[in-house]
Amino acid sequence: MDVQQTIGMEHFLILAALLFTIGVFGIFLNRKNVIVILMSIELMLLAVNINFVTFSAYLNDLTGQIFVMFTLTVAAAEAAIGLAILVVFFRNKGSIAVEDISGMKG
Amino acid sequence: MENLNIMTLLPEIFLAITAMGFLIAGVMQGNKSTDVLCWSSCLSFVIAAALLLRIDWDTQYLLNNMLVSDKFSMMLKLFIVVGLTATTALSVRYLYFERIARFEYPVLIIFSGIGMMFMVSANNLLSLYMALELQSLSLYVLAAFHRNSLRSGEAAAKYFILGALASGMLLFGISLIYGFTGSLDYQIIASSLKNAELIAPGFTIGMVFVIAALVFKVSAAPFHMWTPDVYQGAPTSVTAFFAIVPKVAALGVLIRLLFEPFAMAESQWTQILYFVSIFSLLFGSFAAIAQSNIKRLIAYSSIGNMGYALIGIIAATPQGIGAVLLFLFIYMVMTAGTFSILLYMRRDGISLERISDLSGLSKTHPVLAYSMAALMFSMSGIPPFAGFLSKLFIFNAAVASGHFVLAVIGVLASVVAAYYYIRIIKVMFFDEPEDEFDGNMSLEKRLVLLFSIIFVVGFIFKPNALLDSAMSSAKVLFM
Repeated sequence: MDVQQTIGMEHFLILAALLFTIGVFGIFLNRKNVIVILMSIELMLLAVNINFVTFSAYLNDLTGQIFVMFTLTVAAAEAAIGLAILVVFFRNKGSIAVEDISGMKG
Repeated sequence: MENLNIMTLLPEIFLAITAMGFLIAGVMQGNKSTDVLCWSSCLSFVIAAALLLRIDWDTQYLLNNMLVSDKFSMMLKLFIVVGLTATTALSVRYLYFERIARFEYPVLIIFSGIGMMFMVSANNLLSLYMALELQSLSLYVLAAFHRNSLRSGEAAAKYFILGALASGMLLFGISLIYGFTGSLDYQIIASSLKNAELIAPGFTIGMVFVIAALVFKVSAAPFHMWTPDVYQGAPTSVTAFFAIVPKVAALGVLIRLLFEPFAMAESQWTQILYFVSIFSLLFGSFAAIAQSNIKRLIAYSSIGNMGYALIGIIAATPQGIGAVLLFLFIYMVMTAGTFSILLYMRRDGISLERISDLSGLSKTHPVLAYSMAALMFSMSGIPPFAGFLSKLFIFNAAVASGHFVLAVIGVLASVVAAYYYIRIIKVMFFDEPEDEFDGNMSLEKRLVLLFSIIFVVGFIFKPNALLDSAMSSAKVLFM
């Protein structure tokens, strides 16, 4: 209980918001590797989990924690599909640099 | 123990069991079973539609309020199943021509269809998220279905990255809404907003995130960047699917969210959608002018069309939502007809997707040219075709609720859009003819095209049947 008096809900929320923002920036500012984008996506989803767990703890309501279970599962499936798509792309292009994903424009 | 009402979910359960059965059959038989599986999945969509028509359309809450089944969701499910049937039927030949006939294709289509059907009946943010992911994950794989094509892989990579970003935003928004209202259930969110003296800023931020994510899924500007590339890169049969079905589901989700849990925050979301709608209308009509690829053109045209649909939502009356439902159905039918022609276009075994490939179509394939002309006139909203009436109802609703600016911008955007639709007609009728296309048009493409032309031309004679059912399903959201 002591800890909760010094570290409040807003700290958890700020942490989650910061991690989420880092994830979003990781997608947009990164010019090198698509794997980094996949990691950023994962970071975004995990930041949201912190949010859910915080709210769940402070609201005394289990729903948020259940949601986290679902998010984790979906994130795993999403990562698997993302990697599979990258493998398909790499087989054809021989590279997974972000600047090489630019065959179509306009 | 409350009544589970499992019968109401029979269409979804039936499709889920079918998809898993097809997966087993595909693994046992290998890729030679693809055509059988495709046709059987068409049949199972028809059976699902029959089941949908048989069950009770009154409002029922299912599985602990996770899902709702009412006239609105039933109507959308029916649209989705019709769209799925048409697109699966259109794809079969294409898959064999492109040598990508693998048995996963119909299975993925069915899975994404189940996701869409759950999306439109979601009554809880958790079931909404799960349904949306079931749909999106299947769509990512479908975009990459042409494994040996660089473009297909690139389209899938772009779609995946931006789609995952959108679902991240959706989740972040859901977490904030959960935190500030204490629940994920639509009715509880709505009542907690009703009881609050003023809406918490945290809730508003969450709502903006959720709306942005869904606007991404319906591909309205400024969240449209993936659309042209994905439409161009994905195999054409998949593009047809993308253009026809998922938008119905995503708009259905958006409408239900806006008018059930977010109903009290209407003044806030109207501002966002106002901007999104105007931007989509202008962007969709101006950016399409410079395109030479038909698939890209259809992508921009779909962005513009979503702008019209959003006008109906902003009107926020049963009339407006009914007009949106009607608009979606007419748009679906017109797009299906266009793609039945597009999927047939192939010379020397190579599929064609440039506008100039259509040149002189009126001399080589006159029936196709006149059908395409009817579809394009309808898309650009020229009377007496169905596309004219669908836009008319939308503008009517907008004017009735006082949104004159939107209606005027909508009309102006459709004038600009008419340029590129009519340019296709000019290319078909006045340019020098090229060689004929390979082979004859297959039976299923003829059927889809015939149905869509009959609908587009004949709708004006009997608009009331569809209009009345759209209006009565829109009304349930306002009770």
